[in-house]
Amino acid sequence: MKVLLAVSHVPDTTSKIRFVNNDSEFDKTDIQYIISPFDELVLTRLLEIKEQTNNLDITVVTVGGADVEPTIRKALAIGADDAVRVDAEAVDALFVARQIAEVYKNGQFDFVMTGKESIDFTGNQVGEMVAEFLNLPSVASAANLELNGNVATITREIDGGKEVVEVQTPFVTSGQKGIAKEPRIPNMRGIMMARKKPLSVVPAVAQGVHTKVVKFSMPQSKGACKMIPADNPAELVRLLHEEAKVL
Amino acid sequence: MSVLVYTENWDGKFKKASFELISYGKAIAEKLGMPVYALAIGNVANDQLNLLANYGAEKIFHVKGDKVSKFIAASYTHAIAEIAKKVDAKVVLFDHNYTGRSVAPRLAVRLDAGTVSGVVALPISYAPFVVKRSVYTGKAFAEMQIDSEVKILSLMPNSFEVRENKVAASVETVDLDVADELLKAIPVRIEKIEGKIPLTEADIIVSAGRGLKGPQNWGMIEELAHILGAGTACSRPVSDEGWRGHDEHVGQTGKLVHPNLYIAIGISGAIQHLAGVNSSKVMVVVNNDPEAPFFEAAHYGIVGDAFDVVPKLIEAVKAFKSAH
Ligand SMILES: Cc1cc2nc3c(=O)[nH]c(=O)nc-3n(C[C@H](O)[C@H](O)[C@H](O)COP(=O)(O)OP(=O)(O)OC[C@H]3O[C@@H](n4cnc5c(N)ncnc54)[C@H](O)[C@@H]3O)c2cc1C
Repeated sequence: MKVLLAVSHVPDTTSKIRFVNNDSEFDKTDIQYIISPFDELVLTRLLEIKEQTNNLDITVVTVGGADVEPTIRKALAIGADDAVRVDAEAVDALFVARQIAEVYKNGQFDFVMTGKESIDFTGNQVGEMVAEFLNLPSVASAANLELNGNVATITREIDGGKEVVEVQTPFVTSGQKGIAKEPRIPNMRGIMMARKKPLSVVPAVAQGVHTKVVKFSMPQSKGACKMIPADNPAELVRLLHEEAKVL
Repeated sequence: MSVLVYTENWDGKFKKASFELISYGKAIAEKLGMPVYALAIGNVANDQLNLLANYGAEKIFHVKGDKVSKFIAASYTHAIAEIAKKVDAKVVLFDHNYTGRSVAPRLAVRLDAGTVSGVVALPISYAPFVVKRSVYTGKAFAEMQIDSEVKILSLMPNSFEVRENKVAASVETVDLDVADELLKAIPVRIEKIEGKIPLTEADIIVSAGRGLKGPQNWGMIEELAHILGAGTACSRPVSDEGWRGHDEHVGQTGKLVHPNLYIAIGISGAIQHLAGVNSSKVMVVVNNDPEAPFFEAAHYGIVGDAFDVVPKLIEAVKAFKSAH
């Protein structure tokens, strides 16, 4: 079995967010980048399956410039087998999904996975788009994944509950909280080995881009927290009704 | 040309989010000088379908039959794409819920359309078409321009109010052929969480953290939620410890929620927690530590012991509810 896992390179959540060029661009100065947490959880689940079945090759793919390579190396250090970097800026979801679909077509993969969303744009889009580009079945927001031969049993979250879905390879699924307990962290041996694992760089294919950020803005500061005495919650209720108008 | 709204039904019934979405679609359609149409898939009775006319939908397309009786992303995408082409839809709208997230991106590929998910308000401008969404886990907003002829948006729950706008509407039942190829991800069963309001659609959320000490103390949280008609949520350690189900975990690695009111009890307000909740309209914190970071983020705060404050708050809400 071979799986293609899309991994995104995102600013750590504790990062201070700033913009440059008239607020049209994200300021990368001093930003720590990490593997998007959902991608890390999916990778962890895939490694568990690899260990149980002794039959899973994990290729990670990232669309980005050379600056994303530390993130790719980290995925290799955690345990992925090899990696592909599509050498282009990740301009929008459709563009990224098209590149991943191309990598899939050029390899011999049995299924594709992504995290449910990247924590920078939280778009929730790439996995499903890849599926449509490839005409494959897709299952979004997998909270559990079991593989039995070429049949996957996926428990996905839906509004108000869970749904269990069965699908045969090939398919695309995106993983969320629950798919693995704790993300694995690389150990020393993994980090050493990652340096020697294959990382190929491929050019992007042409894909029309339909969306762009024209401007970033910060939320309006909400002002100081209004304090209410602990012995008077009725005052809180009054404020929520009369002032905030949410009750 | 039209604005097409995908209205999701749950066992044949629509929820408030669908009415919000048609109202939103109607507001866009007026600006673009087009009608707004609704599309429902699955088994829905006519009296339910007709409800959609109350918010401005002039035509209501209804795709039904065995092949669409269960949600499958590929087949629903196909059905929506067919209707979108038939009505020459220029804007297609979804709720940003689990279904919208599964279908809107697929449809974007199918229609070669630009798409923006999690939009929080009406477009800022129509030519060029610019919409606003939250980015960097609620720390900023991005204004996104869509340049394609067809545009697909998914709207955050609680972002737009329901607007009554009754029009004369017709229901058109559509028979669609769905190739078996599109039915490969087979739903085998659904496990519903009964008696709980799903967090993604809750107007009010009562959330509690490790400050509650243990699962046995959640009775008062559930009671407060019950009288407020609220959903219940929790911080990550609480779900990791198994005190509450994973479906309640909010934050960077859990759910992103967008209620009108978020009440945080015994939650410190770590940045990863706030990432999932800071786009709530109003946030209230109850914490016995005045230095807890949540007070920086919240609109209203009470410094006090949850075990003392929450029962009093329950009484205060009860008094308010009986007076209103
Ligand atoms: C990569 C990463 C991702 C993460 N993702 C998430 C996420 O998605 N969601 C999330 O929630 N966390 C997440 N975390 C964890 C986060 O950093 C915090 O550890 C967590 O939110 C703390 O939960 P808490 O506030 O319930 O517990 P604590 O930090 O232990 O806070 C408990 C609070 O309760 C108060 N308290 C104690 N007793 C009482 C009382 N009797 N009455 C009133 N108040 C009381 C205390 O003053 C304290 O402020 C993540 C962390 C990392 C590193």
